[in-house]
Amino acid sequence: MLFKILGKQNFRSLVEIILQSNEIIAPKKIATNASGEPIHQFLPIGSFEEMDLDYRTTEFSAKTYFLPYRETLCTFQFADADWEQEISYRIQPRAIIGLRAHDINALVKLDMVFTRSRFPSPYYISRRKNTFVVGLDHTPLPDEFSQSMGTDIVTHGFDLFLTDLGDRYFVAIASDRGFNLLNRVEVREVEDEDTNAYKEVRRRILEGFKTRIDVHNLPNLLDLEFTSQVWSKWGEKCLSCGSCAMVCPTCYCYGVSEEVSMDFRTSTKIKQLYSCNLLDFAAVAGGHNFRPDKETRLKYRYYHQHRGFVENYDEPKCVGCNRCGRVCLAGINPAAVIKDLYEEDL
Amino acid sequence: MCALIHAYDVRRESAMLQPVDFNDRAGLKPVAKVFKAEITNVIRLTEMEKLFHVRILDDADRERFSFLPGQFVMVEVPGYGEVPISISSSTSNKGYLELCIRKTGTVTNALHRAQRGARVGLRGPFGTHFPLQRMKGQSILLIAGGLGLAPLRAPIYYVTENRAEFKDVHILYGTKSPDQLLFDYQYESWRRIDDVNIQIIVEKPNGSWDGPVGLITELLDDVEVDANATYAIVCGPPVMFKFVCGRLSQKGIPMDRMFVSLERRMHCGQGKCCRCNVGATYTCTDGPVFDYWSVINLKEAI
Repeated sequence: MLFKILGKQNFRSLVEIILQSNEIIAPKKIATNASGEPIHQFLPIGSFEEMDLDYRTTEFSAKTYFLPYRETLCTFQFADADWEQEISYRIQPRAIIGLRAHDINALVKLDMVFTRSRFPSPYYISRRKNTFVVGLDHTPLPDEFSQSMGTDIVTHGFDLFLTDLGDRYFVAIASDRGFNLLNRVEVREVEDEDTNAYKEVRRRILEGFKTRIDVHNLPNLLDLEFTSQVWSKWGEKCLSCGSCAMVCPTCYCYGVSEEVSMDFRTSTKIKQLYSCNLLDFAAVAGGHNFRPDKETRLKYRYYHQHRGFVENYDEPKCVGCNRCGRVCLAGINPAAVIKDLYEEDL
Repeated sequence: MCALIHAYDVRRESAMLQPVDFNDRAGLKPVAKVFKAEITNVIRLTEMEKLFHVRILDDADRERFSFLPGQFVMVEVPGYGEVPISISSSTSNKGYLELCIRKTGTVTNALHRAQRGARVGLRGPFGTHFPLQRMKGQSILLIAGGLGLAPLRAPIYYVTENRAEFKDVHILYGTKSPDQLLFDYQYESWRRIDDVNIQIIVEKPNGSWDGPVGLITELLDDVEVDANATYAIVCGPPVMFKFVCGRLSQKGIPMDRMFVSLERRMHCGQGKCCRCNVGATYTCTDGPVFDYWSVINLKEAI
């Protein structure tokens, strides 16, 4: 990896250069919550000022720019007794600025599913390859446990990754296009003083993790605790609303439906993100539901995150951002559920 | 000025590859693209099931399309949706596919209203298959309950068309009542094949039924099995697997020589939508055909 030092004023110029020709998505303050804290969301920005890089977190992850909540897979044009199928992909380039390390690692996990599996998805690949990713280090929130999930350090999956050193950024460059873009403004080489300052920031970040969860042998533990009371305890609380999956940066399951236009001339095939907690997730034709109970559905959510995904890709699907824990109306959070599993007597 | 972040047209990548071919899994394909196919024949099987003959219209696509017994296709009815349907025809039939479809939801109801000549879309074939190559030289039990005869019909064709490759061949089929028996016009033709034992049983007979009455497991009592040289293919409702495979285990057939076909909700067929996911297993790509060992290791499978 190449590293450079970028002055903050030059970073501003860089953002403005991108804005001249491309859309930029960045954390933007959209409201204030009841306790007076700002609420941020990844949205298109019109100027450098609209972006708030001091954001704490976003309620929604940035996955909608890669896996939209609703996406058209294809359309069917009807004529006489026949039809024609039309398929298109989103190919407009854009940049996302300010993604946290765990959010970039979430994209890396989605890459495994959608670009390196048996049926690569052109819909995802097109959006991914056309997005310029600028990451940014942050001091973890007290409830984040990305360190336990091994996603607090990012080594690929971005173009540029910034670490704030006060008056300047320490920049990791992970792509040719990142290198070229950086050269549009003035950058300098890394000196010992910068490296030391960078290491100091990294040390502070590591100390910032207040929530740590034990994940040792978790995949096997999940098999052992398949009939545990832990599932009914937490399952009883679950409202089966699916909010956890909506805010999750890695949840990708979906349903497909078709919508016919009012004039009956076209039908649009729409992919909509779903949640394994929703009642009909595993219901099949004829009325049988493989997962009729909410506790079973909640259990399978953890099963996929920490057991199934590990078997398929050698790492858990969860990145430890705790967005699901914060959004849950019933107060279910992964750190507490997993802790309960460890404490359950066999 | 020229854009700093250049547009990357993903379609260029697919244009460099062969036209749509789901049999070739490497490379980037338009995963939502369907083969346009015409319903050439509709055969009424029972009140609930019809058999559709569908023919892929494009000559080159039809020529290239091939599948293995046990695989399924996604059938698209534009305007209604898409459903996973197992292929019921012989792998040697290159002209058209046979799809046995029960009237049960929006898409299948639309299909049941469709006339000869209607155009549907097909994606696939998807999924694993019954490893008939591995079964060569061995005896084979083909067991179906209810609609399970639909996925079993492809291996039945394979076995009857290649009778010399197998030792004893038993076809055992059971339904609730005689009016639910599928493909009843074909039993006689299978029975006439030299040395194929076919037995049909129903749970609740009506006045005209003079065959055996009871559960499918009862047919197994009369079958002599050489446990070291027998494979079984079992298709039907999940509850049947437990009883049939349990009975076969008692007869000494190893679990990895019994194959079943599982049913799940599916929206993609390509291991992406997660609807058929059970932990690490995707029924659409790791299945639908599993050996019984994998099934009992799959929590919640049956």
